[in-house]
Amino acid sequence: MPDLLFAIELTISGLLNGVMYALVALGFVLIYKASGVFNFAQGAMTLFAALALVGILARVGLGLAIVFAIAVMVVFAFAMERVVLRPLVGRPPLSIFMATIGVSFVLEGVAQSIWGAEPKGLNLGMSARPIEIGGVYIGRVELYSAAAAAALVAVLIWFFQKTTIGLGLRAVSDDHEAALSVGISLRRVWAITWTIAGLVAVAAGIAWGTRLGVHFAVVLIAFKALPVIIIGGIESIPGAILAGLIVGATENLAEGFIGPAVGGGVKDFFPYLIALLFLLIRPYGLFGREIIERV
Amino acid sequence: MIYRETGVFHAGYREDMRIFPLFLDRAGMALVLVVLFVGVPLVASEYWLKGLLIPVLCYSLAALGLNLLTGYTGLLSLGHSALMAVGAYAAVIAYGRYGISMPVAFALAGTMAAAVGFLVGVPSLRIKGFYLAVSTLAVQFIIEWVMTHVGWISGGVHATINVPPLRFLGLPLDTAGEKYVLCLVVVAGMTLFAKNLVRTKIGRAWMAIRDRDVAAEIMGISLFKYKLMAFMVSSFYAGVAGALLAFAFYQAANIEEFTLASSIRILGMVLIGGLGSILGSFLGAAFVVLLPILIANGLHVAAGLSGGLVRTDVVANMELVVFGGLILFFLIVEPLGLARLWKTFKDYLRLWPFPY
Repeated sequence: MPDLLFAIELTISGLLNGVMYALVALGFVLIYKASGVFNFAQGAMTLFAALALVGILARVGLGLAIVFAIAVMVVFAFAMERVVLRPLVGRPPLSIFMATIGVSFVLEGVAQSIWGAEPKGLNLGMSARPIEIGGVYIGRVELYSAAAAAALVAVLIWFFQKTTIGLGLRAVSDDHEAALSVGISLRRVWAITWTIAGLVAVAAGIAWGTRLGVHFAVVLIAFKALPVIIIGGIESIPGAILAGLIVGATENLAEGFIGPAVGGGVKDFFPYLIALLFLLIRPYGLFGREIIERV
Repeated sequence: MIYRETGVFHAGYREDMRIFPLFLDRAGMALVLVVLFVGVPLVASEYWLKGLLIPVLCYSLAALGLNLLTGYTGLLSLGHSALMAVGAYAAVIAYGRYGISMPVAFALAGTMAAAVGFLVGVPSLRIKGFYLAVSTLAVQFIIEWVMTHVGWISGGVHATINVPPLRFLGLPLDTAGEKYVLCLVVVAGMTLFAKNLVRTKIGRAWMAIRDRDVAAEIMGISLFKYKLMAFMVSSFYAGVAGALLAFAFYQAANIEEFTLASSIRILGMVLIGGLGSILGSFLGAAFVVLLPILIANGLHVAAGLSGGLVRTDVVANMELVVFGGLILFFLIVEPLGLARLWKTFKDYLRLWPFPY
């Protein structure tokens, strides 16, 4: 049946889309896990990383360009910790959230000043022909991104569960002061966290830049990742992956089946509808921890 | 020495409960009002009125609404512009398509926005903090989609509805000066209402919820009722502000003016002006609206001194960087914003000319 094949194609491409959303959502989850703040600037960071990569790609090979982009994000992470986070220690999370809003504006302005605002293509040398499996077409970019994201997630899960630094990050996310009293250096932890988030931004920037071209729309992808975080729980890496898959698949299916009836554009807000539904049923997400307040 | 509270004795409840207990404050306020209502329309140029004062007034009202929600009640909302859009479209459709008179159109705009605000506030029963902020963001995107895709509202492919010539209770409002006075009257009235609202039981309940909501609940303040009230009142203000913008500034209702970027801008106004301060909303709105002009002029002056020209994209990028930098600056250095700076100045005046 053509309808079933259509649905399967939508689902598979949606799932792969979803992995790419999850990649962006990971950045949010990481920073929240380690510092308890929602990083509004993640989209701007993704754009910044992608622009740094594309800017230098004209002159050096891909491997060196990736190294350069990572170096840029490391510098940014340390600057962020020194200039923004250190003066705001102990402030309510709302203040730090609004600080990330400020940072996102600064990043956008600086990025556009240095690299200009025209869209740039990002060509990784992959063929554009989709792979065919049993009548269903799968895009190559999506497949490679999914593989890269899976590898990244595996590394991150190992990092947070098994290494000392990872445990330190989780301790800081629970309670700044308790972590300090145990001897964990907040500054190091924050610098490391933002560096890792920067790495994720580089990966997400490559994935989305290849797909969309590197321009301002990449920042808006970050907003697509918000329903992913809500559904999965902002503190959970597996939650981000699972929710990304759910969001990707459902938004594609909705666009495919409901879209023609209401004039299209369903993709833009359907994930948010699902997120709102989840908020009413499970406010903290599929894998999120419930916030228990102590009075 | 001149500006002091000593020697001011209250002879009754009326004097005690005044908004401005000191005579100098009252005189100053009266002077400001006279200048605003009478002086400005006589003296100001068309550009100043149209380009600067009207948007400053409209955005001050919007920032005031958001300040009531975020500054007084502590509920962060990223969807304020969407509520302004609801008000704008409601007012323009009522006035333009159905011929409803302007005051009723404004009231309708506010009421519709408040109804949507009620829906936005319902999740606050179960979720708080970051998740509530993201749900308001969801509302922003959903409303943007609805405005552009529901034919009855937007009237077709373009989501812009133009406004027919304005008549307020029979008086035509054609010149910028007349539109400015309309904005001023509406904003002044609603500011007075807001100032009194935060002095009542409702305002105190909001502040209690912001400071420590568990304690407020224990004291008997119904969290859900007051949070919903905060959402509805703030949305009412947003709706009227949106309607004012559509009538007096843009002469059209256009969803492009009410996107997420605008929401963030209004949040910036509230932050820079001062959370939890009525005056702060005005200072912040004036600051943010005038900022692009200041930057552009500053860059032109700098370029003129060095003998070069300034490209438009450089100006646009500087705006972004300076706006973000200012938000960071105010958060780090003076989290209570411009209003706190003004209050510090007034405290200094209390002692002047003595040093302590």
